[in-house]
Amino acid sequence: MLRRPFFWIIAVAIAVFAIAPHGEDVELRESLLLAAVYITLASNLNIMLGYAGYVNFGSIVFFGLGGYFCVYFMGALGWGLAPSLLVAGVAVSVAALVFGLGILRLRGVHFALATIGVNEAVMAFVTNFEPWGGSTGIYLSPELFQPLGGPAQALWIIYYLLVAIMGVSLYLSYFVKRSKFGLGLLSIGQNEDAAAVLGVPTPRYKALAYSASAFLPAIAGGLYFFKGAFVQPADAFDLTLSTEAIVITMLGGQGTIVGPALGAYLYEELRGWLLTSETFASFQLVVAGVLLLLIVQFAPEGLMGFFYRRWPRLRRVLE
Amino acid sequence: MLGLAASLLDGVLVGAVYGLAAMGITFIWGVMDVVNLTHGAMIVAGMFGVYLLVAASGAPAYAALAPVLLAGFLAGVALYWIAIHRMIGRPPLMSLLATFAVNLVLIGLGTAMWGTALFNVSVSLPGLSLGRYTFPGTHIMAAVLTAVLAAVLYLFLYRTRAGKAVRAVAANREAAELVGIPTTRILALSCGLGVALACVSGGLIATLFPFTVLSGDAYQLKSFVVTVLGGMGNPTGALVAGIALGLLEGLITPFMPVSWTLVIEFVLFVIVLIAFPGGLLSLGRRRAVR
Amino acid sequence: MRSLWLAISVAASLALPGLAAAEDTITIGMTVSRTGPLNVDSVAQLHGSEFWRDEVNAAGGIKAGNQRYKVRFVTYDDQSVGGRVQQLYTRLIVQDKANFLFGPYSSGLTATAAVISEQYGKIMLVGGGAEPKTYQLGNKHLFQCITQADYYLAGAVQALKEKNPHAKVAFVYSDDPFSKAVVASAHKLAQQAGFTIALEESYAPSTTDFSPIINKVISSGADAFLGGGHYPDGATLARQLYEQKAGLKYIAILVAPDSPKFATLGDAALGVMVPSQWEPQVKYQPDFGPTPEQFAKAAYAKTKVEADYHTASGYITGLLLQHAIEQAGSIDPKKVAAALEKTDVTTFFGKDKFAIDAKNHGLQIGHQMVLAQWQMKNGKLEKEIVWPEAARTAQMLYPLPQAH
Repeated sequence: MLRRPFFWIIAVAIAVFAIAPHGEDVELRESLLLAAVYITLASNLNIMLGYAGYVNFGSIVFFGLGGYFCVYFMGALGWGLAPSLLVAGVAVSVAALVFGLGILRLRGVHFALATIGVNEAVMAFVTNFEPWGGSTGIYLSPELFQPLGGPAQALWIIYYLLVAIMGVSLYLSYFVKRSKFGLGLLSIGQNEDAAAVLGVPTPRYKALAYSASAFLPAIAGGLYFFKGAFVQPADAFDLTLSTEAIVITMLGGQGTIVGPALGAYLYEELRGWLLTSETFASFQLVVAGVLLLLIVQFAPEGLMGFFYRRWPRLRRVLE
Repeated sequence: MLGLAASLLDGVLVGAVYGLAAMGITFIWGVMDVVNLTHGAMIVAGMFGVYLLVAASGAPAYAALAPVLLAGFLAGVALYWIAIHRMIGRPPLMSLLATFAVNLVLIGLGTAMWGTALFNVSVSLPGLSLGRYTFPGTHIMAAVLTAVLAAVLYLFLYRTRAGKAVRAVAANREAAELVGIPTTRILALSCGLGVALACVSGGLIATLFPFTVLSGDAYQLKSFVVTVLGGMGNPTGALVAGIALGLLEGLITPFMPVSWTLVIEFVLFVIVLIAFPGGLLSLGRRRAVR
Repeated sequence: MRSLWLAISVAASLALPGLAAAEDTITIGMTVSRTGPLNVDSVAQLHGSEFWRDEVNAAGGIKAGNQRYKVRFVTYDDQSVGGRVQQLYTRLIVQDKANFLFGPYSSGLTATAAVISEQYGKIMLVGGGAEPKTYQLGNKHLFQCITQADYYLAGAVQALKEKNPHAKVAFVYSDDPFSKAVVASAHKLAQQAGFTIALEESYAPSTTDFSPIINKVISSGADAFLGGGHYPDGATLARQLYEQKAGLKYIAILVAPDSPKFATLGDAALGVMVPSQWEPQVKYQPDFGPTPEQFAKAAYAKTKVEADYHTASGYITGLLLQHAIEQAGSIDPKKVAAALEKTDVTTFFGKDKFAIDAKNHGLQIGHQMVLAQWQMKNGKLEKEIVWPEAARTAQMLYPLPQAH
């Protein structure tokens, strides 16, 4: 594993993220932080979408629930950051397993719709759930940043942690792809029934993939909402983010590892520019839509597909 | 007790319009196996269509529905050619993403043009009063018009040649092609019909409640819930399921905070998807082949 | 060679102060909801702030000691969405180097912005965030310029008690931080006043169909209605209450009826009351700045729209900041914060004084609200102040005309 160049390419990418802001360029840090979040979401989505071919429209539900659990543990129960994150991650993975049990027997379109249903049901429920602040959400006191050395330092620590999570997501994606489990998922993506007939334990693999793809986004969500010291249903379960994750994964090239990462980075840069450009503030989604339409119709393999066809040698180095 | 009856009755009225909206989705789904995720944007287009026509010409809102219906039909045909034609026969996922993409573009453009301000079409229609409760005239009118449109659709499907062709393509596209039915044209026609239904239901909703460019999403979700309840590809089922959903809402709201209705609806949605993929109405009859 | 360097350094030292003088602006950053459901109220607030900025710059800028500073705004559209608020305020601080911040509109967005302003230690003056909780989480740089949410319906409850001591009240409110805080407090006041609380229910802020909830109001037998949220839902509620002939004698809705736009509802607007931070007819005697009448006239001349309390709130945030800078004699954040904490003044807006204990830092403790009502005056719908007694410009219309 360590001899494969791609392993080190990932390591370099992580290092770049960590070092670029020099511990002082806040502007760059904020921009890279969002890119890291997108990369994390897209890479984990890829496990279901790119490998097994199951479109999870509601993948944001993991991010949001992770955020809620973490903020609740820290705010109401007074736990520290590390335990809150870990337990949030585990709790959401378990929840994903439970949801998965129900919806993973669905295929294609029905599955996609069901994931939307799950996200909306969870959002509607949390909106009514008073211990979690209902529709107002939970606010954290700035004092919670003190154990991390004050707000300024805490923001840096959160950033490094998110970069780490991003890195783990990329590695997870990589190891899964190279493993027997990953092979099973890919075969499910190609032809689920044939895979089942050939002995791939499809229900178990799907459930595992769904659950695994929930763990890291949950932790990322916990970090993201802890940073904002605030979580509310409308933000936590915003379908726009999972939409963007899908666009990013398709844009970059589903089923590859570099694809979602590349797509996420490009999309984030574009988005950042659109965010503040007065004329184009609402165009973010138009651009996303046009991109997606073009990709789906003409280049379903995404950017990586294009690169691989142009330079086939890349396949040996990248994944 | 009267309160409950009033609630239920109002639920039926509004539910009928939800059913109409859902018919748009289920129709396209049934005929070409495509889930039309631009549905929400088309509903909003219908809303704005009625609003703009009323604002520009001062005509009564209901008169504006006819041009909206027509424009919706044309838009649907256009949608077919832009996003769906290449996706026929490909994995349904692709058409899902393609229509989803068009939806993003339309909503984005709409937001750029009209912002997210609230718009309102004012319709003054005397309501029906029962005791202390009043049924707004708009609700009654909307339900009546829905019934009319549903009847027209039924007549089209079962009493015309074109309708027969549509049903043939829905049943088996390759076979229909083999017997000489111009499938591409029929598919485009069906798409036009589905979108027309979406637009006109949007126009009707505009007479009931205020709306923004983003309202489409909520109604699209509701349409999906209704579609799933009624059985994908089953227009009658959609109408019945819409009314049933309205009834359910009317039943819940007097007893629980109104905000719980959404939770119940979505949980129901997921359960029905998992347990009754043919819709609740399939329990009584044999399942569709699809 | 030496003389050349000498010449250059002399020239430079003469030129530099000239350069520095040209840079004497302070940058104030804020987000505005140009789009989204909050846009009506947010833009009104922005107009108020911009009006202040233009007046200050026309007068030569804010005087701080020996320097004069022109004011420059940097604004972004937050689209009424909390997630964007945090990103944009971070950008305002880090990239645009804002010296001071104004809050966005609405308590929800203010709370999210406050996290950022506190994280970076920037002073933020709030003209659109009434919910008290934001100021009770331990901040050092927030300053609330308007009356807090807890008092919003106090006047309405008091006035109702005078008219109908045994009122049956329905609280129907938007599920957002501001409205929840208002109603939580109003609930206690209603109980103390001896009212029966016939119904208390919240609705999702994006609700457009209120008929189920209105049916419940009718079923509950309530004769007084208090609640609402922000502009879109408040306006829709008023319209649908009228259409469904809910039979209410007293309606007080938050925020929405204060906007001049509300008059477009016609008959549905008649008799609806709104707790207001400020009305053009108030009679405060200002220590400095314009009188209420001068402000209303000038604001109308500038914006071509009647000033409502949001416009006034936008203006007062600027005016109070200006006053603090002038008192501090500098734009140093610590000195300005200290000056703000000492503020105890009366302006066209009313009295303003900030709490300075650590637990409630920045909470507004001086300002009072009035209750306004839409009434027919010479065939036109106009807002009149109906409570408190001292500020009254017309008698309250009670009970509401038949149609409601």
